[in-house]
Amino acid sequence: MGAFLIVGLLLGALLAPYVARYDPTAPHFNLRLQPPSAAFPLGTDSFGRDILSRLVYGGRISLTVGAISVVISFAVGVPLGIAAGYYGGRLDDVIMRTVDVWLAFPGLLLAIGIVAVLGPGLQNVLLAIGISGVPGVCRLVRGSVLPVKEEAYVEVARAVGGSEGRIIRVHILPNVLAPVVVLLTLRLGTAILTGVGLSFLGLGVQPPAAEWGAMVSEGRAYLQQAWWVSTIPGIAIFLSVMGVNVLGDGLRDALDPRLH
Amino acid sequence: MHRYIAQRLLQLVPVLLSVSILVFLMIHLVPGDPVQVMLQDYGSAEQAQALRHTLGLDRPLPLQFGLFVWRLAHGDLGRSIRTGRPVASEIALRLPYTLRLTAASMVVAIALGLVFGTLAAIHHRRLLDYAATVVALAGISLPSFWFGLVLILIFSYYLRWLPPAGADTAGSLILPAVTLGTGAASIIARLCRSSLLEVLRQEFIRTARAKGAGELRVLYRHGLRNALIPMLSIVGLQFAGLLGGAVIVESVFGWPGLGRLAVDAIFNRDIPVIQGVVLVAAAIFVAVNLCVDLLYALVDPRIRYV
Repeated sequence: MGAFLIVGLLLGALLAPYVARYDPTAPHFNLRLQPPSAAFPLGTDSFGRDILSRLVYGGRISLTVGAISVVISFAVGVPLGIAAGYYGGRLDDVIMRTVDVWLAFPGLLLAIGIVAVLGPGLQNVLLAIGISGVPGVCRLVRGSVLPVKEEAYVEVARAVGGSEGRIIRVHILPNVLAPVVVLLTLRLGTAILTGVGLSFLGLGVQPPAAEWGAMVSEGRAYLQQAWWVSTIPGIAIFLSVMGVNVLGDGLRDALDPRLH
Repeated sequence: MHRYIAQRLLQLVPVLLSVSILVFLMIHLVPGDPVQVMLQDYGSAEQAQALRHTLGLDRPLPLQFGLFVWRLAHGDLGRSIRTGRPVASEIALRLPYTLRLTAASMVVAIALGLVFGTLAAIHHRRLLDYAATVVALAGISLPSFWFGLVLILIFSYYLRWLPPAGADTAGSLILPAVTLGTGAASIIARLCRSSLLEVLRQEFIRTARAKGAGELRVLYRHGLRNALIPMLSIVGLQFAGLLGGAVIVESVFGWPGLGRLAVDAIFNRDIPVIQGVVLVAAAIFVAVNLCVDLLYALVDPRIRYV
C-alpha cells in the first residue's frame, strides 16, 4: 500500500504540467477563496490561484526536498559510520564523540539553527535537514558494521591480502545495506515533514513558489471561511509521509530475520 | 550508584563544552560579514563597527571564545540586536511556557501511547491490534502544524469548546499539548506494544500464570513494569522531538514560548537570540537525558555496573 501511495504521488508530481490546468503562481483576483468546483476542482487560495495546480507543482518541491536531504544525510553518514565501525580506535572515538555532540541538539532545532545562520531558502533548508540527519545514519551504520567486521569471511579476505577498500566495498557494505535501506525510507518521511515544517514557518521555499508547507501556512488566516486552502495540502503531506512510513515498515519486516 | 552518578555528571562537561563551542561558532559560519547580515544592510559603517565591537568580533578568535564562556558562566547570553534587551531575560520570560507545553505534551504522549500500546499487545494479531498499528502509523505521519489547524477548526471554530490561540486560560494548553503529543504518542505506542509482547513471552510470565495470578495482575505487575524499563531511554529521545516540535506548534497556536522567539529572531537575523535559544534547548535536552539515564540505573541495577 505504501508503494502505491508513493507511486501515485510521484506520478502526480512528474505529470504536473499535464495535470495542472493553470499556472501555479498565476493569480485570479476576482476568484479568491473559491470552494471546489468544476473549474477549480480543489478550489482557489487567497490570491485566486488554483490549488490543484499548486498542489501538483508543490509536490515536486516537497518530495524533492525530502529526497535530496536524505541523500545528503546518507552520503555523509554512511562513509563516516563505516569508517568509525571498521577502523575503530581513535577514529571511532573522534567520530562518535562528534556525533554525540551533534545529537545533543534536538533535530528540528538544529535544522532551524542552520537555516538561521545560512538564511531562509530552499537550498539552505536542504542542507539543514541533510546535516541534521547525519548523526542518526552514522550511528546506525557503525552499529551494523561492528558485528559484520568480525565475521570469518572478512578475516579470510584480509588474510588473502585484500585491500581495506575492497573489503569494505565487497564484504562490509553489502551486508549493512538492509538496515540502511530501511532507515533511508523511514528518514525520508521525517525529512519531508521537516521540510514542509520549515516552509510553514517561512524559512523554506519563498513565495510565490508553490510548496505544501507554505500553502498550509498561507491558508491559516482563512481557516474558518475557506478550510480547503490549508486542509488539502495537509492531506497531501499526510498521504506522502504515510506512504513512505508504510513502505519503510514493510521493508523492515521483510528484512528482519527474526520474523522468518 | 553514587559512582555511576558522578561518572555521568563528569561526562556532561565535555558534551556541554562542545555544545557551547558549536553555538559560539554559529556567528562565524554566517556567509559574508555577520554584522552586515544582522543589520540587514540598514546600519551605517559606524553602527556596524560599534556592533562588531559589542559582539567582540574585532578580537582574536580564542579570546572571543574565552569571553563567550566567561559570560556564559555568569548567565550572560548577550543582547538582542533588535530589542537591545538581555537575551537571558527574553529566554527566562518565555522558557516556562515552552517547558509547560513540552511537559503537558509528554503527559499526553505517555498516557495515549501506553493505552494504545497495551491494548494492541493484549489483542495481538486481532482487529484492535491492527487498528492500533494503523492509528499509530497515521500519528507519526501527521504534519503537526496541519493537525493543529484541523483541531482549531473543529474544537475552536465549529464546536467552540476551546480557544484557538494564546496562553491566557487553562484550556489554552489543551489543543497545543494534544497536537504536539500525538506524534510522540504514536512512537511510544509502537514501542510499548513490541516491548510488552517481548516481555509477555518470557518464562516468568508463564510461571506467574501457573501460580494462579489473574490476567490483570500478570499484565500490570509483571508485564508492564518490565516492559516500561527499555522504554525509558526512548522517553528522553522523545523529549528532544517535543522540544523541536514545540517551535512549530507555538507558531500555530500563538503560544508565547521559545519557539516563537527563535522564529522571530531568524527573520530579524538576531543571531545572539538564536544562539541563546539553541544553547538553552541543547542544555535542557542533555539534562533530561541525564535524568533518564539515572532513572534507568535506579530501575535496572544491571546498568550501574556497565
